[in-house]
Amino acid sequence: MISFSNVYKRYPNGFDALKNIDFTIKLGEMVFITGHSGAGKSTLLRLIAAIERPTIGGIIVNNKNVGMLKRRAIPFLRRNLGMVFQDQKILFDRSVFDNVLLPLQICGFDHRSATGRVRAALDKVGLLNREKAHPITLSGGERQRLCIARAVVNRPSILIADEPTANLDADYTKDIMNMFKSFHQVGVTILIAIPDTRLLGGSQQRILALNHGKLAT
Amino acid sequence: MNTWLSLHWHAFFLALRRLVSAPYASLLNIIVIGVAFSLPTGVYILLENLQTFSGQTSGEPQLSLFLELDTDKATIAKIESRLKQHPQVANFQFISKDSALKQLKQGSGLTDVVDSLTQNPLPDAFIINAKSAAPEVLEQLRAEIQKWPKAEHVQLDSAWTKRLEALLKLGQLAVLILTALLSFALVVVTFNTIRLQILTKRDEIEVSKLIGATSGFIRRPFLYFGAIQGVAGGVIAWLIITIVIHLINSELTNLVQLYAIDLHLYHLSFEDSISLLLFSSWLGWIGAWLSVASHLWQIEPK
Repeated sequence: MISFSNVYKRYPNGFDALKNIDFTIKLGEMVFITGHSGAGKSTLLRLIAAIERPTIGGIIVNNKNVGMLKRRAIPFLRRNLGMVFQDQKILFDRSVFDNVLLPLQICGFDHRSATGRVRAALDKVGLLNREKAHPITLSGGERQRLCIARAVVNRPSILIADEPTANLDADYTKDIMNMFKSFHQVGVTILIAIPDTRLLGGSQQRILALNHGKLAT
Repeated sequence: MNTWLSLHWHAFFLALRRLVSAPYASLLNIIVIGVAFSLPTGVYILLENLQTFSGQTSGEPQLSLFLELDTDKATIAKIESRLKQHPQVANFQFISKDSALKQLKQGSGLTDVVDSLTQNPLPDAFIINAKSAAPEVLEQLRAEIQKWPKAEHVQLDSAWTKRLEALLKLGQLAVLILTALLSFALVVVTFNTIRLQILTKRDEIEVSKLIGATSGFIRRPFLYFGAIQGVAGGVIAWLIITIVIHLINSELTNLVQLYAIDLHLYHLSFEDSISLLLFSSWLGWIGAWLSVASHLWQIEPK
């Protein structure tokens, strides 16, 4: 469960990225955040993962007040969140397999059970035959799938994706969206930021529309 | 427990992999650490050897009274009774010229030289243990006995051991200073290596933090790296010392043959070797820790 109440985010330069944000996402819900570039989509997602702190207001994620979380507790919050980053953040010094392995190493999995989980995650996104490949050799769509595999390998209860279909053509976009839907069907709470609703292809989904840092109702 | 173990294995192997992935840089670092450490260790061993040597002579307040060569038995008996009654003398031992010669023959290994003597050149002697160790009292006693008839020479045996001990103390201070300075160098070397590593691993650190790595998880491989590098440097230092001692000992063998004396350098004891490795790994760990503490916080996910 994710809940925002009266959240404001003001950057040190005086820019208000988010103003009076108020919403609740229930367990197992799939929600899209739309809005123009600079509307505050990324900021909202970063507040959930405690990459940034709200200026005012309360943010509850999995029954924890993220805004008040101690530094030492933040890693354990993030382990329950699967995140797909806008700039992907793939590590190019290691194979596809090792990229997906990293979250499990962080949690201290032993090698054998970690290997099984990595293969399962790669299988879900259709990259199992590329596990030894170097990320630099992957296509744009494959890289995005690698990011998704890394986000879900730890079986998080919440999956957050920041413009996961940016720079992808229509076929790949549909592909990626279907993947998120399949995770939604097994009960994962999903929050995806997209630039506009055309990407949804007409399917009925809950949408939070941001406009200059405010939620449109 | 299992999680804890696999986290540490992971960090350990990551550190090893980073060490091996830049073999030349790592090797140079390790050699620098080893050379730096071999210096105080070498001086320490020299002192230890000197100390075992000086340990064979006692540091007791002892005087040797050498009598004139033509002293007769009656005079010796008179001196004995005077010593017995003297308030400052704890006990004493008479060594006749014959037994002194025998001791020289056995103890020094100069058998051939002694056998070639036509007459005994050694005097009768008393070895006197004084009650007080105070230098003034000993000096007074020496001056007094010196005036006795037939006393050729009275020597304060403890004087030169004291001088050696003072010298050894000076040496120990030198070792301490050397160790402190070169330990600092080791810490600095590790600090810099880790700083460079943190800079090149920026992406990895940032991504790890984003997907839930604790600062301990990120810190650990660097700490292991520092410790492993320290241990390896310690091993190099130990090897350098081993080689040097071997070289010196093989030279000493020649001397031993020439002079028929038993003299060789002892190596570091097992405990001292372990201490050396532990100390160098600890210093590496400290260097890494300082580096991590001063650089890691700068990398925050954006």
